[in-house]
Amino acid sequence: MPIAESKLPLTSKTEPRSDFSRLIRRLHIDGPLLGGLVLICGFGLFILYSAVGESNKLLMNQAVRLSIAFVAMLVAAQMPPDFLRRWTPWGYGAGIVLLVLVLITGEVGQGARRWLNLGVRFQPSEAMKLGVPMMAAWYLHDRQMPPRLGQLLIIAVMIVVPTILIARQPDLGTSLLIAASGIIVIILAGMSLRLIIGMGILAIPGAMVLWTVMKDYQKQRVLTLLNPDTDPLGAGYNIIQSKIAIGSGGLFGKGWTNGSQAHLEFLPERDTDFIFAVLGEEFGLFGVLTLLALYMFVIGRGLYMAVNAHDTYSRLLAGSISLTFLVYVFVNTAMVTGLIPVVGVPLPLVSFGGTSMVTLMAGFGILMSIHSQRKLLPH
Amino acid sequence: MDLLSPIKDHHSERRLFVSRVLVSSLIALLLLMLVVARLVQLQVFDHALFAEKAQGNRVRIEPVAPIRGLIFDRQGRVIAENLPAYHLELIPEQVDDIDDTLHRLAALSLIEKTDIARIKELSLSGQRFRPLTLKFRLTEEEIANFAIQRPRFPGVDFQPRLVRHYPNGEAVAHAVGYVGALSSDDLKRLDSARYAGTSHTGKTGVESYFESDLHGVAGYRHLITNARGRQVPGDTSELLDSLPMDERPAPGSNVYLSIDLDLQVLATRLLEGRRGALVALDPQTGEILAFVSAPSFDPNLFAVGMSTAQYGALQNNPDVPLFNRALRGSYPPGSTIKPMLALAALETGATNLTRKTFCTGYFMLPDSTHRYRDWKPEGHGPVDLHDAIEQSCDVYFYEVSQSIGIDNMHDYLDRFGLGRQTGVDFGGERPGLVPSREWKRTSFRNPDDQRWYHGETVIASIGQGYMLATPLQLATATAALAMRGKTYRPHIVAAIEDALSGTRSLTTRERMPDIEISNSLHWDTVIGAMHDVMQGPRGTARAVGYGAAYEMAGKSGTAQVVSIAQDEEYDEEELQERQRDHALFISFAPLDKPRIAVAVVVENGSSGSRVAAPIAKAIMDKYLGYGDDANR
Repeated sequence: MPIAESKLPLTSKTEPRSDFSRLIRRLHIDGPLLGGLVLICGFGLFILYSAVGESNKLLMNQAVRLSIAFVAMLVAAQMPPDFLRRWTPWGYGAGIVLLVLVLITGEVGQGARRWLNLGVRFQPSEAMKLGVPMMAAWYLHDRQMPPRLGQLLIIAVMIVVPTILIARQPDLGTSLLIAASGIIVIILAGMSLRLIIGMGILAIPGAMVLWTVMKDYQKQRVLTLLNPDTDPLGAGYNIIQSKIAIGSGGLFGKGWTNGSQAHLEFLPERDTDFIFAVLGEEFGLFGVLTLLALYMFVIGRGLYMAVNAHDTYSRLLAGSISLTFLVYVFVNTAMVTGLIPVVGVPLPLVSFGGTSMVTLMAGFGILMSIHSQRKLLPH
Repeated sequence: MDLLSPIKDHHSERRLFVSRVLVSSLIALLLLMLVVARLVQLQVFDHALFAEKAQGNRVRIEPVAPIRGLIFDRQGRVIAENLPAYHLELIPEQVDDIDDTLHRLAALSLIEKTDIARIKELSLSGQRFRPLTLKFRLTEEEIANFAIQRPRFPGVDFQPRLVRHYPNGEAVAHAVGYVGALSSDDLKRLDSARYAGTSHTGKTGVESYFESDLHGVAGYRHLITNARGRQVPGDTSELLDSLPMDERPAPGSNVYLSIDLDLQVLATRLLEGRRGALVALDPQTGEILAFVSAPSFDPNLFAVGMSTAQYGALQNNPDVPLFNRALRGSYPPGSTIKPMLALAALETGATNLTRKTFCTGYFMLPDSTHRYRDWKPEGHGPVDLHDAIEQSCDVYFYEVSQSIGIDNMHDYLDRFGLGRQTGVDFGGERPGLVPSREWKRTSFRNPDDQRWYHGETVIASIGQGYMLATPLQLATATAALAMRGKTYRPHIVAAIEDALSGTRSLTTRERMPDIEISNSLHWDTVIGAMHDVMQGPRGTARAVGYGAAYEMAGKSGTAQVVSIAQDEEYDEEELQERQRDHALFISFAPLDKPRIAVAVVVENGSSGSRVAAPIAKAIMDKYLGYGDDANR
């Protein structure tokens, strides 16, 4: 009785009233999530304008990238979860091939081989930020949860292969984030807590092995974190100046574009990795907490969508995207405030730079697709 | 769907997932709380500490050099000023290829090829954003030349700076001195805080002696600087608000000299092509009216900076233009001391006003055949004290010297200030020398040399032998003669003026102990004889004083540079120029109320009365208003 069904009051209650709301729903866009993202990006542009030395040109540059990122979100939102799931192994496989190609023929920039030029220049590692959790979720989709040890080992291979390929570029920050996004999937899938704790213990000798294979500059970053004052003009300079910037901001900051640390070039990488310090200096604790609250809202909304997803793949992917976003926020803010080593992770949606923003927004597009195109629960 | 796999239990799966999400969210919240706690620690508890660090980061205190005081002559004409000049400067960090840039500048002859290595080294040391001066004080032509080429030289430009300028440099060089770039030795001597922003300091003369007055007090200003220590250009007004107040520099005091620029210029012209010196004093006050040493040099070279070649030329010039002859030149005074010795002879009773000596052209000590010759080989015939001064008879003084004795001679000459520093108000003067038995005993090692010989008294009586005097001392002694024993310490600074308030503190004349002469007739005789030297019928310099519109007095001196063997004929022509006698002349005018006393020394000038006296006369003419200019 399709006619009778359409007259049910239940549907009219959830049916959007205004034209705008109808358009949003038809485009599979989630209003609250979009609102949160727009607020973060808007605030971000505001901070960035100050951080790039009030340059309109650079601000426009960033605005264009943001627009592209929102388009990517819109496109991703139109892809049904089933479609994404079917194509996941192919996409993942292509991503691995591209990562190998990067190591062979990639373009070198700033001492690392990260870019691939196939008509358009892009970083395959960025695509893998979505590719790895998608692949892990795909593998677990049909299987009984919680996953068994053998299954976990297969997923571990799926995670480790791209992680190592990216670490070889070298891009330690991205490789760790990609590994994290994969690990989040298996934790959310219900991997036994004993195993998690056991792996945590194994991580100690693992870290020791890692130390021996780390490059000197990477070791230096760790050592500097432990005692930044030993090398105030060298590697510790960034952290010292960043702490001065944030600390001198106080409760309400020095005011927009009035940060002396940022504007007098004391603060390095102020428009990219250290833009959080600019925010702290100019808007104080008040501004910093505002941005963190916006992030929390977006993450919370993402987790709400994950909990309400209707199949394993969607659920795991949505959860991983949301929590990986949190990892980004935590790693960057903890690094800028001197809690963890400088690992070169930008502040999501705020730092200057385009590639990671497109990936992030595509991820949020997938979240929206999962939420708006969910099937009825099979009973 | 894989039918072989166990049936998925969606409900328990979802429950598991939700519990994992909840745990993850909790962990996430904990992590974010960790960051928030850190932010509270930094921004609330440690805020004061970091705020101070941020302030210290960006504020740099930069010293601001004071403007150096000006120097004027007695009529308020500028002797030393500060002029804006354009220097060619290079900012190392803005130059891509330092070698190429310097070589191209050398090709335009804006710098010298030999300096390239030195400039390059300088550009590599020190802060890369601090400008480096390549060439001081560009000429108009060089400015125009470079202006066209400027686009080809990024990082090189000309900048205006205040530079010390001496408009009549050569004429005043030895009196005023000069400023030069601060050296590391200067910085050891001076208070580095006061000189933090200063580039030049007084090196000699008034510029050096009155440095503390001329320099002023440095101020400072607070600069907003970026991480590289460079001042932040453009609008930083909102950052400037919280800065402490700047301290403005206090300009140095202006110094008014007692010298007269006209006299300086005239004396410099009269001594042109000569080596020598002229000092003129106001006998009533001790003020120095003219102070010239020839040859001179251009003090602007030191203020602006000169090339190695230019400095080498000054250093290696055989006429030593940098040597201050007026202050440090020690010359045998020759017959110029005769008026003073005449007073000594009268006071000690070695002679009287009427006693006559018959001058045969030479003098012999008892028990000796050595002939002490008069300058006039045939002799002056019978001469009394007046005649002996007027005609400068040596024999009369040879004879009288034996009665006065060297120690009395020393005593009286010392009263006139010879043999000791005058205490003039700029440093570096030589004390000259008036010998005595005591001096000889303490100055020589060999016991034979420590004895005083009668023959040494004889030659001392005509200002030869050991005796030495500076032109400044001769002028001071002349002023004492003119004032009949009233003496004042010579000084060159007449007043010091606070540059801001304009209040002047005048230098008061400093009276020195009088020269006590028992009988004023002795003064009358000696001064009368000096008058006749210039305006008497038989005066040695009567040709100079003849027909003058005012009364003057003087005494010539011709001092031997090389001793002449006993029977050798004195032949001026054959002597090398540098072996000729020094020509000296002292004089003062007007006779009754002296206003100027002059001492002139012309090295190897042969004749005091013919060469030195006209110079002294011209200076007196000019000062008293009888000069060429005044008559016109």
